Amino acid sequence: MQVPAQVEYEKATSVQHALALLARYGPEAKVLAGGHSLIPMMKLRLAQPEVLVDINGLTDLCFIDRVADELRIGTLTRHAQLLESELAGEHFAILHDAERVIADPIVRNWGTVGGSLCQADPSEDLSAAFAAMKGTMVIEGPGGSREVSARAFHTGPYETVVGPSELLTEIRLPIRPGHQRGGSAYLKVARRAGDWPVGAAGAAVWLTDGIVADVGIGLTAVGARHFVAAEAEEFLLGRPADEENLARAGEIAAEHCRPVTDQRGPADYKRHLVRELTARVLRAALSRAGGLAGRPS
Amino acid sequence: MKLTLTVNGTEYARTIEPRLLLIHFLRDELGLTGSHWGCDTSNCGACVVWLDETPVKSCTVLAAMTDGRRVTTVEGLARNGVLDPVQEGFSACHGLQCGFCTPGMMMTARWLLDRNPNPTAAEVREAISGQICRCTGYENIVRSVLWAAGNDGNDGNEGNDGNDGSDDDGRD
Amino acid sequence: MDATSGGGAYGPIPRKEDARFIRGQGTFVDDICLPGMLYGAVLRSPLAHARIVSVDAAAAAAHPKVMAVLTGEDLAERALAWMPTLSGDVQAVLATDKVRFQGQEVAFVVATDRYAARDALELIAVDYEPLPPLIDARTALDPGAPLVRDDLPGQNGNKVFDWAAGDREATDAAFSAADVVVSCDMVYPRSHPAPLETCGIVADMNPVSGKLTLWVTSQAPHAHRTLYAMVTGVPEHKIRIVSPDLGGGFGAKVPLYPGYLCAIVGSMVTGRPVKWMEDRSENLMSTAFARDYHMHGEIAATADGKILGLRARVLADHGAFNATAQPTRFPAGFFHIFTGSYDVPAAFCEVTGVFTNKAPGGVAYSCSFRVTEAVYLVERLTDMLARQLAIDPAELRMRNLLKPEQFPYTCATGWQYDSGDYPRALRLALDIAGYAELRREQAQRRARGEYMGIGLSFFTEGVGAGPRSQMDILGLAMADGADLRVHPTGKAVLGISVQTQGQGHETTFAQIVAHELGLSPDDVEVVHGDTDRTPFGLGTYGSRSTPVSGAAAVVAARKVRERARLVAAAMLEVAADDLEWLDGKWRVRGDPDQARGIAEIAMAAHSTLDLPDGVEAHLDASAVYTPPNLTYPFGAYICVTDVDPGTGEVKVRRFIAVDDCGVRINPMIVEGQVHRGIADGIGIALMQAIVFDESGNCLGGSFMDYLLPTSMECPSPELGATVTPSPHHPIGAKGIGESATVGSPAAVVNSVVDALAPFGVVHADMPLTPAAVWRAIQGRPIRPDLALS
Repeated sequence: MQVPAQVEYEKATSVQHALALLARYGPEAKVLAGGHSLIPMMKLRLAQPEVLVDINGLTDLCFIDRVADELRIGTLTRHAQLLESELAGEHFAILHDAERVIADPIVRNWGTVGGSLCQADPSEDLSAAFAAMKGTMVIEGPGGSREVSARAFHTGPYETVVGPSELLTEIRLPIRPGHQRGGSAYLKVARRAGDWPVGAAGAAVWLTDGIVADVGIGLTAVGARHFVAAEAEEFLLGRPADEENLARAGEIAAEHCRPVTDQRGPADYKRHLVRELTARVLRAALSRAGGLAGRPS
Repeated sequence: MKLTLTVNGTEYARTIEPRLLLIHFLRDELGLTGSHWGCDTSNCGACVVWLDETPVKSCTVLAAMTDGRRVTTVEGLARNGVLDPVQEGFSACHGLQCGFCTPGMMMTARWLLDRNPNPTAAEVREAISGQICRCTGYENIVRSVLWAAGNDGNDGNEGNDGNDGSDDDGRD
Repeated sequence: MDATSGGGAYGPIPRKEDARFIRGQGTFVDDICLPGMLYGAVLRSPLAHARIVSVDAAAAAAHPKVMAVLTGEDLAERALAWMPTLSGDVQAVLATDKVRFQGQEVAFVVATDRYAARDALELIAVDYEPLPPLIDARTALDPGAPLVRDDLPGQNGNKVFDWAAGDREATDAAFSAADVVVSCDMVYPRSHPAPLETCGIVADMNPVSGKLTLWVTSQAPHAHRTLYAMVTGVPEHKIRIVSPDLGGGFGAKVPLYPGYLCAIVGSMVTGRPVKWMEDRSENLMSTAFARDYHMHGEIAATADGKILGLRARVLADHGAFNATAQPTRFPAGFFHIFTGSYDVPAAFCEVTGVFTNKAPGGVAYSCSFRVTEAVYLVERLTDMLARQLAIDPAELRMRNLLKPEQFPYTCATGWQYDSGDYPRALRLALDIAGYAELRREQAQRRARGEYMGIGLSFFTEGVGAGPRSQMDILGLAMADGADLRVHPTGKAVLGISVQTQGQGHETTFAQIVAHELGLSPDDVEVVHGDTDRTPFGLGTYGSRSTPVSGAAAVVAARKVRERARLVAAAMLEVAADDLEWLDGKWRVRGDPDQARGIAEIAMAAHSTLDLPDGVEAHLDASAVYTPPNLTYPFGAYICVTDVDPGTGEVKVRRFIAVDDCGVRINPMIVEGQVHRGIADGIGIALMQAIVFDESGNCLGGSFMDYLLPTSMECPSPELGATVTPSPHHPIGAKGIGESATVGSPAAVVNSVVDALAPFGVVHADMPLTPAAVWRAIQGRPIRPDLALS
């Protein structure tokens, strides 16, 4: 019989109210957004918070806007909304790629972007996507708001920099000027539709005259630090975006990740997947950016 | 805590424990046993109901979260005693066997058709991909939803280009 | 087949039962709510093997909402701590001495609501002394292996049984004479039927009447009533079992489970109804595993591909208690039908069952008692032989399939196949698939570095257990009754002993009776699942409903029809011999307009009409059917896959299935059964497996970990049909409920292995996850029954 233990419930009416509730109840309180990560943990009694602070009423945290050169995504945005957002898709194809393979359509209706990120599952997809996009997280707390790089947001499995009296409110992604040719993509291997990834890779690449001007590579489920293939990014910077370099980037990403064996796959396979998916996702991103060097697009 | 919500057009007020799952509230408190519980982990979709305008997995939603909202269950699918075309389609196309996943499947199907009146077979498959059926292999569920699309009000299904769901080899 | 039947009622009519399900008005066990009902929850062992030092339930009992707590000791006082299994072993209801698998039942709490019952489990303190677990079945018989069953007198090791079938010497001789021998070790991993509805019960012991009513997830309500009577001591006539709508079964709801008995005792103790429903983890971890066969197979043949012999050695992991659900004299089920669909002169198989620290079960998960393991073995070996001899696998099968003129055919291990035209079915499947074109496409793709597989499987099942001389379950012969009442207005009610889990009995059985009596199916109500309202019979599993209970319905209907003839003769004032049954009525020979239908005859039979001496009034009749033989459905399946060797991902592109289940009563329902089995086969071949780590932790304890196929993995099946009636079934029908689950896994695996042929892969064990496929390509295959390492 999987049902949660006794818990108190508070419905937040504003961000400030939510923060006040979190401050009042301290570390025994948990923020309840879509609940698709937290409630299963509560049913298994692996999580037994004393109080739930329900932020589902904070509709002002549910938005996808462009503000100047940034795409801003509210923490309470449902996965389905991000998947359906033309604005998000226009600038960041990777987000649609990733959302299309996160859980299933019904879970996406209610699960939230912020909830997924704050659960900080080491196999979570958006963490890799936002890391690839070099996004910024906006965190509200009693002392006001602060910004943290998506690449510094996670401090470990199921751990983030968000303190017990803080709330992730927004994710910001930089939109590059139009003259830079960029593209992004996300690829995931799962054992079945809706399953967590065995391994997944996201990439965003910007080219100047066929040379990689900037690149972000996110990896999930494979033990990549901060969901990033930093060494592979470093290798690609300033080099031609050709097949040989993409393959090499895959090799480097594979060398530097630390996958663990579990029932989704043995470590050697996951490392191989990193090699394979990194090269493939870079190719897909480049194809969207206008083509791979040395090959018609 | 006090919970007030509207289910299938009827307003209910109940005192509940905050931890009560929506599926148990509907089944045990309101006696609406059409929605089923199947897996605990939001993988099977037997518990799918609408929360306001969208289907959700009610085993992973607290009843408390529905305060002031509208819930629609399979019991609310027929209107004034008239079956929804989705319901008719499931019967016409043998879209169910044991019937356990059927309510959740139909709630998702109705949602899909409201947003996309002429889906392809592939789009139907995608829409129900978070719901497990152990009986039909999904084929006849897909056919049922396409049947409903073709019989939904005035929207014909003629423009449907989904050729990967039909099985017209004529050899059966 | 009786060509003089009324006719007209067979066909793809919509199902009667749909009306309630599409309105959300089905009645499943968890929908039952009785006044004063309490809720039970089971405390389970977190360890796979441990001695129980103490169980302290005092704090739980003191919980304000708890009405009772049961421990093993409490049950022992009632002599209910152990119960018999369907295989002649015993199983702990609540553990008293030690726990033998993770998830084993240790205590039972009865509380006023579900949530409180769950809360109270936290208040029970169990002191375990851990013991080394036995997890790897291959080490079960090693000296020094942990002894799982120290409770059994005289049990010195972990062997459950040795069993063999066939002719060892003749088979050895065939192998000696062969030009080629191909062998393979293969695992059919532990699996779980995972019906969407878990197991559950509402037990209501009425302290006044002494009547015990059980609303329970049961595929065999009558057999269960007998078992409950024997186990609990409640007289059988004081037990009523109601198996209401079942949310799937697939074999999972055949055994008795400890939770059921706990709820019964809970009701006896509290004097109130007690509901217990498994959660999904309990379902996957403690009840109803299937398969778990470690097989070594060998096939011998001539250089031109004529199969000469088959050999198999099997290690069967039966878990902690031998609770396999199958005819009692068949400890390996029907595995020895492993010569499959081929004319194999010599065959020999031996099976050794072992205890391990895993959940008990061994249910017939849509496999007709291990036929899927048998089909998998022979179909894999046949493909490997084809590869070895460089003969196309379709051609090799065609050369070895039984020929129509060979039926009835007795195979090397003694099964008597009733009827078949195998080459016709295979040709039709190849035709639908466009086989030659597929092979051309495959060659073109391979040249481009794309890996496409074409896999074949030809299966024969034996279903409809079973003949009285050979088969029983705990001494109960496998017969089924039918009770047909025809009301004065000609409307009929048929009571049957079998229990649908979605197969549509309310429709097909109405069609059977309607067909025999010239009625509309709408005029026949089918009653099932209530032991107070239906005749005795062994229930629905092993595809036995149509072969056995369906036959009983036909026999009862024909009794009605024969009585109706005598009544009609009186009505028409002619001799009964002057009447013939034609187009659904008794008609005077030579004057067919002089006729009476069943409705008119029924009214007359209930009227004051003067009947000849010896003719009973009314038209009611009952029958018990004991099948003279199994029925042998068969089919040819082809699966087309695309494999990405870079990631190991497999996409099932097409699945072609030609099934022959004899006469089809409702082809729509038959096709639905085939659709289901194809999805099952894809799931089993690609993702479903219950795996354990070295500590005995079950790694398949939720739908996050035990993966079931979704709409995205299952293709739109392409079906074909041939009809070869069963010569011994009264309407020529055979079973169909399990055919595709039996036949399809081999087709999927053969397809994937075919796709990987350029990499030198000759075999890969299920489930073929991306990791397993990639590792097979690397030549370092994954062992599928243990945790990955």
